[in-house]
Amino acid sequence: MKARTWLPPLVLLALLCGLWQVAASSGFMADVLGLESFLVPSPSEIADVLWTDRVLILQNAVPTLVEILAGFGLALAAGLGVAVLFRGSDLVRRAGYPLVVASQTIPVIVIAPILVVWFGYGIWPKLLIIALICFFPIAVNTLDGLRSTDPEAVRMMRSLDASRAQVFRRVEVPTALPSVFTGARIAAAVAVIGAVFGEWAGSEEGLGHLILQDNAQLMTARMFASVFVLSVIAIGLYALIALLERAIVRWR
Amino acid sequence: MPATVAARGLNHSFGSLDVLVDLDLEAAPGEVVALLGPSGCGKSTFLEIVCGLASPSGGSVTIAGDGTEAGRLAACAWMPQRDCLLPWYSALDNAALAPRNQGLSRSEARARAAESFEHFGLDGFESAMPDELSGGMRQRVAFIRTLVSGKPVLLLDEPLAALDAITRAELQAWLAPVLAESGATVLLVTHDVEEAGFMADRIVVLSPRPGRIVAEFEGARGAGGDRAEVVSSPSFNALRENLLETLLAGVAP
Repeated sequence: MKARTWLPPLVLLALLCGLWQVAASSGFMADVLGLESFLVPSPSEIADVLWTDRVLILQNAVPTLVEILAGFGLALAAGLGVAVLFRGSDLVRRAGYPLVVASQTIPVIVIAPILVVWFGYGIWPKLLIIALICFFPIAVNTLDGLRSTDPEAVRMMRSLDASRAQVFRRVEVPTALPSVFTGARIAAAVAVIGAVFGEWAGSEEGLGHLILQDNAQLMTARMFASVFVLSVIAIGLYALIALLERAIVRWR
Repeated sequence: MPATVAARGLNHSFGSLDVLVDLDLEAAPGEVVALLGPSGCGKSTFLEIVCGLASPSGGSVTIAGDGTEAGRLAACAWMPQRDCLLPWYSALDNAALAPRNQGLSRSEARARAAESFEHFGLDGFESAMPDELSGGMRQRVAFIRTLVSGKPVLLLDEPLAALDAITRAELQAWLAPVLAESGATVLLVTHDVEEAGFMADRIVVLSPRPGRIVAEFEGARGAGGDRAEVVSSPSFNALRENLLETLLAGVAP
């Protein structure tokens, strides 16, 4: 990667952390907010906790990461499946599209406890919540991508003896791929929120669980450390998808 | 095997808009027939009907006696106005689409298209991506894609309209022997008088919408020789004037 790619975000991040460090460690932020200083941790304190409690944080990060990957995978399968189904039949699309939109209006915070009641404290409620959040951007973007296929290219292919399946594979799928990746990137960024909601509703492990506990015990530095790890997971997943996109969608 | 294309009493309309009226046209096996007419006269629609991508509102089209849409689709290779090269495939993979669709393996299909690449002056560009090619080269790849299908009827919809005048003249000279060699029956839609005169055995002039046949001329395809010589000969000049006059007479109020 070129320095021009990674340098600007790094400089901005360093600048913000520096400002925060000064504001927090000088007691300025605590004074302004009228709080005890331990409630307003500085980046260096957060980094400190991140290191000393690394085992605990890592132990909780692993189940959260597993939930995110599995939930994202489920959403990807469902989103692609629904988009292909909708592309295949106009009737199915007209009938099903309102339901897809409705899926996005489900207030996740409210439904999470119900899912826990239904499916218990295991991975399933988290997985379903993450999948529910990720499903919409993937399905809608994929469908838009499929529908943006050039009709003239399709007719050209038909005149060159292409079957419906060959048109799908050689024209529609490549046309849709950039949109699929856009949907996947959006989903990757919001998947983390789903994992935390899911763990808040009921769990015995995970970063969301840890945040909830630390919140109750006013361990703010470790809370921020968990949030930091969550961000790293989201950015990592996002970057992975962007890398895949660059490797696959070469013609853009 | 080249085939006869025959349209009988063909009518077509989009809703209340008549596009084609009472069209009778026959192209003999191996013949190149140019359809010349102003924009919007239904030439492109006619080609789409012939190749089975659309059905006419009335009348019939048969190819080698087969009037079904599936039969026409199987007999025709259609080349749309835009080259429609797929940007995710290399030039060679684009040219190899028809044999791929027909069930050949990727390497067999590529091998078949590669012969034409060499033959038609595109060797060295097999692995170039479409956006790396000039407009003229893209059009050549699209031609090869159409030819490699091995179909008896080629339908070319203003294949050179998007090109600059020099490239167009160059490709006309290139295409004439290519079509002759293929032996296919060709319907060539164009609004370029010179292109029609030089490339075709026969030129059918259509009126403005709704399109109907107003006149037929014999083209200079058989003349042979260098393109520049052919199009500057006295007989070609006379043909050009005749074609222009007929076209303009149809357009005039």
